[in-house]
Amino acid sequence: MSPALVQDLITLTIEHIFLVVISVFIAALIAIPAGILLSRRQPLRRWLLGLTNIVQTIPSLALFGFLIPIPWIGGIGKRTAILALVLYALLPIVRGTLTGILGIDRAVRESAVAMGMTPKQLLWMVEMPLAVPVILSGIRVATVTSVGTATIAAAIGGGGLGVFIFRGIASVDSTLLLAGAVPAAFIALVSDGGLGWIERRLSPAY
Amino acid sequence: MTAAVEFIDVSCRIGNQPILRNLNLSVAPGETLVLLGRSGSGKTTALKLINALLFPSEGEVRVNGAATVSQDPIRLRRQVGYVIQDVGLFPHFTIGRNVGLVPELQGWAPGRIRERVKELLETVGLPESEFSHRYPRQLSGGQRQRVGIARALAADPAILLLDEPFGALDPVTRIELQDHFLALRSLTPKTTVFVTHDVQEALRLGTKIGLLNEGRLELLTTPKGFLSQKGGVAAQFLACLSTGEVR
Repeated sequence: MSPALVQDLITLTIEHIFLVVISVFIAALIAIPAGILLSRRQPLRRWLLGLTNIVQTIPSLALFGFLIPIPWIGGIGKRTAILALVLYALLPIVRGTLTGILGIDRAVRESAVAMGMTPKQLLWMVEMPLAVPVILSGIRVATVTSVGTATIAAAIGGGGLGVFIFRGIASVDSTLLLAGAVPAAFIALVSDGGLGWIERRLSPAY
Repeated sequence: MTAAVEFIDVSCRIGNQPILRNLNLSVAPGETLVLLGRSGSGKTTALKLINALLFPSEGEVRVNGAATVSQDPIRLRRQVGYVIQDVGLFPHFTIGRNVGLVPELQGWAPGRIRERVKELLETVGLPESEFSHRYPRQLSGGQRQRVGIARALAADPAILLLDEPFGALDPVTRIELQDHFLALRSLTPKTTVFVTHDVQEALRLGTKIGLLNEGRLELLTTPKGFLSQKGGVAAQFLACLSTGEVR
């Protein structure tokens, strides 16, 4: 590998990680409150989960393509890529939050209410602490998927390791292709392991 | 003297399902009313009407003289201790924090909470030094239920509601905890409503027994009065007693 390639590799890897981290972060900011809301509104639940399910089924290359012509939020570049990645990351985090909260023992919830907790206290003292491990596992799934999906961001000028992959395909250069794919796989493995470790650390000592 | 708890023509439907019909009863301060009945007779519903977990469809439930619908439910619940069969201890809190939770919600000073927790754990027979820092999962069923009772008593509520608190325990532990309950009651008398389907438990613990059947109050009498019943659902329950006991 030439020094120039190594330099590119470092830049693109950082770019890739940036795309994933910012997208998952934004998705979490939306999805955790949404999951909390859905745990309280049963009719809304089916509706919204269906919607996020549909988003999930759109082929990623197509979704990136769809977003290009949309004014304000679309276009070519990082912003569009991040938007698409956020959409993909929503479902696993919403689901994680919802499963975490709904999975809490009925007796625990009932006695919390019966002891005179306000809805806010119920959320922060009981529901959130007990749901955290499940929410984190949703974030982990979202992160690992995003690392893969983010390689496609290069197709719309979003940058990241996909740049190498697309360039490798175009020039039938397997070294270039691997220079994109291997680091991406490595990032996925490391983030999976790292988040898994945090998840275990935060999981019940009880 | 006003009744601590009073049901006036209370009916309660959940969805379209009538659970309680025209319930009238009152519990005097310091009294232990046992609501006895089969599964689905409406006992638990009656209990939940007292601490505003449910509200009557018709009629009125009065706690300390005021209708539950007119009271702030959060404040009302903090003045009423509540114990259920599944205990519902918070798995992520230590035993000490579980017991001290209502005082914590009411904003007691930490030192005062610690003292209260210590006192309560000793009262239910769990030495503080040994149990306070443990988690609910590390305790046996009987120990957890003691913690549940200690937790319900923490803020010294005027009224105590117990929903089959000893239902899931082995018979020996159950008797042990019943004895504990009686000892506690003689120490600090509290208005208590106790739900059970165990007639022996009802006779042991109640100062009054209310017999519920299909949402109706069939009978409201003393344990002695209950024993002299010759017919109806009461007789069915008494029949369990003589077959259940070796004489």
